[in-house]
Amino acid sequence: MWSPGEDVIEVQRTPKPGAARDAWRTFGETLRGLKTTFGRLLEGPVTVQYPEEKVPVYPRFRGRHKLHRFEDTGLEKCVGCSLCAAACPADCIRVVAAENTPEHRVSAGERYAAVYEINLSRCIFCGYCEIACPFDAITMGHDYELSDYDRSDLIFTKEMLLAEPLERTPLRNEGE
Amino acid sequence: MTAVLAVVGYYEEWWIQVLKAIVIFAVALQLVPVVLLAERKLLGRFQSRYGPNRVGPYGALQPVADILKLLTKEQFRPTTSIGFLFALAPLISILTAVAAFAIIPFGDVQRIFGTPVGLYGIDVSIGPLYLFAFGAIAFYGIMLGGWSSGSKYSFLGAMRGAAQLISYEVSQALALLGVIFTAQTLSLTGIVNAQAGMWYIVPQFFGFLIFLAASFAETNRAPFDLTEADAELVGGYNTEFGGGRFASYYFAEYLNVLVVSGIVTTVFLGGWLLPFGIHPPGWVDPIVVLAKMSLITFLFIWVRATLPRLRYDQLMSFGWKILLPLATLNALVTAVLVVVTH
Repeated sequence: MWSPGEDVIEVQRTPKPGAARDAWRTFGETLRGLKTTFGRLLEGPVTVQYPEEKVPVYPRFRGRHKLHRFEDTGLEKCVGCSLCAAACPADCIRVVAAENTPEHRVSAGERYAAVYEINLSRCIFCGYCEIACPFDAITMGHDYELSDYDRSDLIFTKEMLLAEPLERTPLRNEGE
Repeated sequence: MTAVLAVVGYYEEWWIQVLKAIVIFAVALQLVPVVLLAERKLLGRFQSRYGPNRVGPYGALQPVADILKLLTKEQFRPTTSIGFLFALAPLISILTAVAAFAIIPFGDVQRIFGTPVGLYGIDVSIGPLYLFAFGAIAFYGIMLGGWSSGSKYSFLGAMRGAAQLISYEVSQALALLGVIFTAQTLSLTGIVNAQAGMWYIVPQFFGFLIFLAASFAETNRAPFDLTEADAELVGGYNTEFGGGRFASYYFAEYLNVLVVSGIVTTVFLGGWLLPFGIHPPGWVDPIVVLAKMSLITFLFIWVRATLPRLRYDQLMSFGWKILLPLATLNALVTAVLVVVTH
């Protein structure tokens, strides 16, 4: 016959109901419960009053995307290669590239993104676009307050993504 | 004057009685929103959150908002309901709660502008009996409300309420017997005055615990809120009630909590008496009573924040198999001790 050996799990059962001992035990447990809840009362609330107080985000938090420019020349980093659109699992990025000309130079490369749109109502914030980008032109920002009244307002254009984002979310410091 | 029903301990002029009735009703009416807010704030704190804090400073106007919302709602009535009973039932609940409030003594006879006034609605020689009588009528408020709704959930809640009230009223009364034996009076002011040496919570500690447990059931509050049992019965006996009628039930529930707090204060915590021989001037008495009442109300809220609701059969077996024998034993032992020591 198979023996369970040493690994027997002892099932602890409560005493049968109706016994006086059970009533006494329940009384004790009631007091213990009261003590526990009173402890919470003394500790005070842990609530973060969200719209007024915000939990700071981590530096690697994946919020709304940002497009970048070169700091010295002011040219866009994006060269319109569409690798981000190819990497996007939600298929929410649309890039239409155009040639740079000497008169009209937008990006540092040969081509630039004439149209760059991210449909944030479809974006799953996976960050693959950031990884796919060979020029670090697109990164994930820290903004997560993206709700809007209209779905079409959630299609962010290149100008919106290039613009300096409103710093609405506090950033968590190193080691915090 | 030979009393037919009860001897009234202290008489005043009729106009003082009317004034007192108005004052007591006004006080009760003002206390209910305070308890309402205190409950929601404290429940929040017990659960590590803030509770209502958006309406007014620190959420102080939340009860006003609640009541306004309820009173401006449609007076909905199901087609299966029985009209006049449906309208009457919340009134019975509120009436009995207010009536029970009348005998809670807030202080001894005081001279206010030279006129002696007892700081209570009425001092009857049948104090606890009066309470239990109105407690029994209060059950009609729940029972009729649930039954006249014509809804199965309401009816189930009402039936549970009926069974619960009957089983716990016995223990509650028996728990009070010990005090009555010791005080040798049924008048609530008499009981308070008999506690001048020592509050009855000390010699009658078990009576206090039993009375408290039975009171939780009597006021239909957690862990004995089976009449409401939101998880199973939607809202219990008040499922079909909305607007002002629901507000009446709500009001009655919290007023009942206050009444029970007042009774516990009067009977076990020495009413307006202070320990260590402190004798403050008369106007402090109501403050002392209110302070003690808020302690007991805090206990009510504390227990609600802690204990889960009992199953129906657990409630019944607790009432009849544990509470009732204990209450009987307590009364018997007290009776023997009183006889021996006298």
